[in-house]
Amino acid sequence: MLAIFIKRILLVIPVLFAVASITFFLIKLAPGGPFDADKAVSPQVLKNLNEAYNLDASNWEQYVDYMSNLAQGDLGPSFRFPGRSVTEMITTGLPVTFELAFYAILIALVMGVFSGVLAALKRNTFLDFIPMAIAMIGICVPTFLMGPLLVLIFGINLEILPVSGWGQLPGDKILPSLTLGFAYAAYIARLSRGGMLEVLNQDFIRTARAKGLTEKMVVIKHAMQGGLIPVVSFLGPAIAGLLAGSFVVETIFQIPGLGRFYVEAAFNRDYTMILGTTIFFSAMIVFFNLLSDLAALWLNPRSRDAS
Amino acid sequence: MNNSLWSDAIYRLARNKAAMLGAFILILLIIAAVLAPWISPYSYSYQDLNLGASPPSADHLLGTDILGRDLLSRILYGARISLLVGFVATGVALVIGVSWGIIAGYSGGKVDSIMMRIVDVLYGLPFIIFIILLMVIFGRNLWLLFGAIGAVEWLTMARIVRGQVIGLKNQEFVMAAKAMGVSNLAMFRRHLLPNILGPIAVYATLTIPQVMLLEGFLSFLGLGIQPPMSSWGTLIKDGVESMEEYSWLLIYPGLTFTITLFALNFFGDGLRDALDPKTTDN
Repeated sequence: MLAIFIKRILLVIPVLFAVASITFFLIKLAPGGPFDADKAVSPQVLKNLNEAYNLDASNWEQYVDYMSNLAQGDLGPSFRFPGRSVTEMITTGLPVTFELAFYAILIALVMGVFSGVLAALKRNTFLDFIPMAIAMIGICVPTFLMGPLLVLIFGINLEILPVSGWGQLPGDKILPSLTLGFAYAAYIARLSRGGMLEVLNQDFIRTARAKGLTEKMVVIKHAMQGGLIPVVSFLGPAIAGLLAGSFVVETIFQIPGLGRFYVEAAFNRDYTMILGTTIFFSAMIVFFNLLSDLAALWLNPRSRDAS
Repeated sequence: MNNSLWSDAIYRLARNKAAMLGAFILILLIIAAVLAPWISPYSYSYQDLNLGASPPSADHLLGTDILGRDLLSRILYGARISLLVGFVATGVALVIGVSWGIIAGYSGGKVDSIMMRIVDVLYGLPFIIFIILLMVIFGRNLWLLFGAIGAVEWLTMARIVRGQVIGLKNQEFVMAAKAMGVSNLAMFRRHLLPNILGPIAVYATLTIPQVMLLEGFLSFLGLGIQPPMSSWGTLIKDGVESMEEYSWLLIYPGLTFTITLFALNFFGDGLRDALDPKTTDN
């Protein structure tokens, strides 16, 4: 267990290094400098700008420079927002995105696990078909459609919930969290139903029943631990998906989070910002993947006892 | 190839009503997309400026957008782009993933572990972000989009194919072929590939909706197809911008997109159940 743990953590470092390097040189490939798009700047100003941001050095020098700053946690200044550093912008946006993702995951887990387990226990009944049909809708209606539809229904037609913002009006966090959470609830429902069905047929469940445990105990103590492993493994990649979802949701609902910053940086060609957020996102995704893999390993008694 | 496996599968598929409905809708859509230039009532870029945004009417069955363009025509033309992205990018993923998986699985040993370790590492990367990056840096090129999306989706395919090949590798007919001196390429083409077509077909069908979602997502952010061309993603994006006054501009493209994804998922699920009966009745 410990050996796997250490091996996986050591793998993270080369991955992040590769991500940072690839992104850095990809951005260097981009036609035009970061200040080209501005209204005609005099050559002298351009020269000063390039000097100030060290853009006149060779690519290699800039790369070494950037990487050594990165190792110290410094992501450099933003090109588009003078005077603000990328690290600073990430720390402003991150809490908002985290909060949004947290609510979304919470909604997804509660809704998904509950309906999935229920569907598995009441297989081929009404209580199986209805949640699974709704889950199918959740999978087929993309976030970028679900969000606007919820806004149209609850915000514009019924006028019961605010349609944009984050923490300014009461209830303005409900629609974004629901939008982001619903798609994951659907996946989790399907995964937990499948996982539970597999486990419920196994011998140890029969043993648990045979020794006279109540059905509730059998399900909660024995079946769910194994049946929900697929859900735990899914959570890591889901975080990556949540990030992509946050791009859309934060754009739709005008939420000042990291996702919207990234999309804006992409449009503004704010290269240091793109570079910094890409590395940061990658670090987070790699970290959460690691976490969910380890959790799934640990939950599975076979792999837990193996080493 | 085992004929009864496929005829059984087709029989089971034909009895699955949801899958058949999905297939029917898909065929209809593909025909509509191919024939779009002939069957759509207007050109996708024709503007009736007197009209502006108008609700559905006899002249314009699904209404017109803010620029007076016929929505039905735009959805039909959008189908061409959206389905094309779905199929081509899935094709790219298929070619890379299947070759990678066969080579890794068949070679085994060091080659296998290095190749699969690469897949593991790539799995952990935020590809969405790389695609956005590529679109920003190199411009919004349709073919780049195909390649970028395909390059992301091959990973799972490689894993599935590798697993299948490892299962096949030690069977007698493969060893017999090897003993007879069949070349590697012929081995892949004649002996391995036909035996793993089932899982490949299933996964490919289920990849298409993923790809279409990804394209829709990019178009929604404004990084996909550029006007006056449109995919369903761009139509939804435009619809969102004017949904307060002209809700039909969001609802019809959204409905089309959702129904298509439903059809693809139902068909894919049906195909999986048909080819692998033990997943349905355990």
